[in-house]
Amino acid sequence: MSFGQVLLVAVLALPTLGAVAVVATPRDRAARLVGTVAAALTLLAAVPLVFGDRSWFAWSAGAPAVRPWHELDLPWVPGLDLRFHLGVDGISWPLVVLTALLTLLCCAYTLWRVPAGGSGRALVALLLVVEVGILGTFLALDLVLFFLFFEVVLLPMYAIIAGWGGAERRRAARKFALYTLFGSVLLLVGVYVVVAAAGTADVVALTGGGGLSRGTQLAAFTLLALAFAVKSPLWPLHSWLPDAHTQAPTVGSVVLAGVLLKMGTYGLIRVAVGVAPEGARWAAPVLGVLAVAAILVGSLVCLAQDEVKRLIAYSSVGHMGFVLLGVATLTATGIQAALIGNIAHGVITGLLFFLAGAVKDRTGTGSLSELSGLRETAPRLAGLLAFAAIASLGLPGLAGFWGEAFAVIAAIQVGGPLWTTLGVLAAIGGALTAAYFLRLLRRVTHGRPNPAVGRVGPGLAGAELGAWAPLVLLALAIGLVPALVLGVAEAPVDALVGVVSP
Amino acid sequence: MTGLLGALLPAVPLVAGLLGLLLPPAPRHPTTRAAGGDRARRAAVALGVTGAAGALALAVALLVTVDRPRETSTTWVDLGGLTVTLGVRLDGAAALVAVAVAAVALAVQVYSIGYLRRGPHDDVDVDHRYPPYAAQISLFTAAMLLVVVAGDLVMLLVGWEVMGLCSYLLIAHDRRLPGAPAAAMKAFLVTRVGDVGFLLGIALLGVSAGSFRIADVLAHDHSGATLTAAGLLLLAGVAGKSAQFPLHTWLPDAMAGPTPISALIHAATMVAAGVYAVTRLYPLFTAAPVTLTVLGVIGSITLLLGALAATAQDDIKRVLAWSTVSQLGYMTGALAVGSPSAALFHLLTHAAFKALLFLAAGAVIHAVGSTLMSEMGGLRRSMPVTFWCTVVGLGALAGVPPLAGFWSKDGVLTVAEAAAREGAGPVPSWVGWMVWLAGLAGVAITAWYAGRLLLRAFFGDARLPLVRPHDPPAVLRWPVLLLAVPAALLGLAGFLGAFADRLRFATVPVAGSEDGLVHLGPGLLLPLALLLVGAGLVLLRWRRDRAADPAAALGPLRPVFARAFRLDDVQHALVVRPVRALARATRTGDEVVVDGAVEGSGRAASGLGAGLAALHRAALPRAAAGVLAGALLIGLAAALIGGIR
Repeated sequence: MSFGQVLLVAVLALPTLGAVAVVATPRDRAARLVGTVAAALTLLAAVPLVFGDRSWFAWSAGAPAVRPWHELDLPWVPGLDLRFHLGVDGISWPLVVLTALLTLLCCAYTLWRVPAGGSGRALVALLLVVEVGILGTFLALDLVLFFLFFEVVLLPMYAIIAGWGGAERRRAARKFALYTLFGSVLLLVGVYVVVAAAGTADVVALTGGGGLSRGTQLAAFTLLALAFAVKSPLWPLHSWLPDAHTQAPTVGSVVLAGVLLKMGTYGLIRVAVGVAPEGARWAAPVLGVLAVAAILVGSLVCLAQDEVKRLIAYSSVGHMGFVLLGVATLTATGIQAALIGNIAHGVITGLLFFLAGAVKDRTGTGSLSELSGLRETAPRLAGLLAFAAIASLGLPGLAGFWGEAFAVIAAIQVGGPLWTTLGVLAAIGGALTAAYFLRLLRRVTHGRPNPAVGRVGPGLAGAELGAWAPLVLLALAIGLVPALVLGVAEAPVDALVGVVSP
Repeated sequence: MTGLLGALLPAVPLVAGLLGLLLPPAPRHPTTRAAGGDRARRAAVALGVTGAAGALALAVALLVTVDRPRETSTTWVDLGGLTVTLGVRLDGAAALVAVAVAAVALAVQVYSIGYLRRGPHDDVDVDHRYPPYAAQISLFTAAMLLVVVAGDLVMLLVGWEVMGLCSYLLIAHDRRLPGAPAAAMKAFLVTRVGDVGFLLGIALLGVSAGSFRIADVLAHDHSGATLTAAGLLLLAGVAGKSAQFPLHTWLPDAMAGPTPISALIHAATMVAAGVYAVTRLYPLFTAAPVTLTVLGVIGSITLLLGALAATAQDDIKRVLAWSTVSQLGYMTGALAVGSPSAALFHLLTHAAFKALLFLAAGAVIHAVGSTLMSEMGGLRRSMPVTFWCTVVGLGALAGVPPLAGFWSKDGVLTVAEAAAREGAGPVPSWVGWMVWLAGLAGVAITAWYAGRLLLRAFFGDARLPLVRPHDPPAVLRWPVLLLAVPAALLGLAGFLGAFADRLRFATVPVAGSEDGLVHLGPGLLLPLALLLVGAGLVLLRWRRDRAADPAAALGPLRPVFARAFRLDDVQHALVVRPVRALARATRTGDEVVVDGAVEGSGRAASGLGAGLAALHRAALPRAAAGVLAGALLIGLAAALIGGIR
């Protein structure tokens, strides 16, 4: 086994073992510490995955469109021809690191504060199980394995919302589980259609269409895209998200928005577009129209929204609209914009949920009409909230800019009346995004402090700073050096686009 | 070497700004002046002044060394074949504008030290939170300098929008004004709406050229339709930043910010960015003359709109704000009739005299404690330094020879006249006529409102007898005094060959009258005569009744001008309210229809389940009958299918 393969296994094994160890540790605080250490080790294992064999940089005809840096391919259920096939490349690596980082920050945050509802030990264990599922989804190069990991996430996330959430947590958790389960059914059928038609579940072999007939591709793409659209979420399949986000505990919201949604967009790029490129070309206009509808609807709803966490949840609908618009263009520019938009959204919205959670914890309310004047009593918290909001509205120079601006530019690049209109509407959505974030800041931070805000102290806990600082720095770093994400993604995206639009 | 200077130019204030943001924002105990807060304030002052002074030194060095256009670039990121580069594009004009930006920024940083100090009359909870304020000014300066030197359209966009953000933060700085947050939000949003166009214009040009580097974009042979569309879209962004009709509405409201910030926004940053960006990309606009025609129409409207609105304001800062709108109309008018160098010349002189006017107005406001001219009067004797500086500034604004504004405004009017009467320049002659006539009318109106401001604030009797105004302390006085020098003399620099050459564009085809920046000739007499008419009218009116406002002469038009033709209400009715209503409707639709369908299908499923469950709870006879009927059906089906086989 090479070093890279060891790392691949470690990235999945460490959080798994960590979850077991957390459950086995009797004392609550010690257990949380064990979980945090496991998450930190996972991050340490995930980062060096970037080093390795990049010989595929040299493009050669006939090479497969997916060329992982590291690969592990073991027989798993020989009777059913199922393989335990993992791999990492420039499309998945940034997401893997983001997942490991956000889980670590959430575990560390839990060391400091456990939300009401259950033991901190169980919460950390569940977070680690969710991490295993998400990381597995990003690493799997076998469709059946992909599906399995995709499903692993569902129930622990349900438990996190239902166990540690807000007042209406059970209803929200049920809706989340049932709705995304509906998506999973479609995914299962889609995977079955592909595997049955192609006779293999290997993503490397399947990418590029792999001899699937046009009809199969259209059917497969429709099923897979619907499944991923639920997860992403794409308007109008988004309505599980606001409830889940609003009710979930802070760490749940961070993981949910930060990386769980990315399983949908990642799946769309890697599986749906990769396996059924002809279907993708056929459905691209519909996908683009729905993505732009998501941008506009998401931002308009935010403009009329009066609960902080719900507002941020709906803003995710708009941001993921930009990501999906990038994917729908099926150009290298668009898909790169989607990748960096994915990462930027994870970083920034993760930060926003942390901050919204801090505001709600301190004031006891999330209603915009009951919050005002935060900058008078807690200037640092208000300043961070302003930073996150401004990063989220896509200010050039911060992470959010690249994904949104270049999704628009990619749409203009495709040209034609439809895509030009979509680009223009998406750009207008950008202005609406600014409008609702400024409205949020004006309500929450400006003006005279009202009673709920008046008793907030100016201090920030060390754990809070520790959890937020990496995200603030990343939002700045990715904004200034977008090559951090896109440098590794360039070659795989070119290869993917090469097979999708020959 | 030159490239390095260019790269350091925005970097120095950026570093100062980022470091400043790390300082503690406020003393821990707002009621007591804790030592820690004072230390943070001193550090913030040092950082802010050092950043601006460093930028000024670099800009001067650049001005001295840059002899011909220079360009450096390196790839920033490559997105699917579209290259975004990092690099500077330097020429004489960029160096001159950079000097103006850095000089005004330095003046503002120094002035703010005195202006944002807790005064004896302030209530206890006033706390100016100096460190973030100074840091935001540094960031603002850095962003504008980035726009000035940027060699890539995406880089330019970064500086462009960061400036919008900094203006938002700084306008909302004053926590005692209830209107400040709304004004700040308006400034950011209105310019952001324009930036939608700017982004799309950049997208069109970048996609067409395959690169966002300005040199590549200018060198590429774009199709006519692309150029026209991109030019018009870029103009939307320019209109937002440079406060051109119909996106000018944010600028007067931005007066809610502290007065030094008004000086910064109005003189050298933000509003200058739009005009400057057009000069940077000028060949694209001359290649699509429709865009310049549109710009000429917009500029003429803006010129008159701003001047007329300035006549009826009572707030001294709003008079100056509307005068900025009007002067920006001169600049865009000059661009429209084909003379970027005349526009830049006016931009530079305007930067000097408008910064001077705002800082002097700040001294007045500091002394009187009010921004309303109806509460001032008679300040000439009690504040002589401020008075004379204001005289210089207003003289330059109105165009009194030999002050700066006279020469630059004359330059604009000369090229407009040439475009009107000889058809010189890229646009049809009617646009030239429009700009020229609007400019001439503007001269008279400017003289009128400048005279009114001077008479109302500094002459006559004091209207608030309790206040004992006095000239400001040295830290406020010196920036004002030093700015009076360029406000008075910068126009004469137009006679210097070295200055004029730096403003001229080797790469840009220029209109026929582009032989020099300043023009001595009979053409000077007409604006002078109009100047005397405007000043004479206001003086006559004032002599008739020294206590009354000369604006009373406007009669029924006064409230219309005071509210700037009610364009704010139009904007509210046509944009703000429909968007809000649409947002509410969308939210309801999303919750009732989209989510309603989801919840409804959930309820339907559980209802169906409950119904079926109820059906299964049957008594023995019916259950037995059911089982038998089922067996019969299955048997029948088996027999039928078997029979068919």
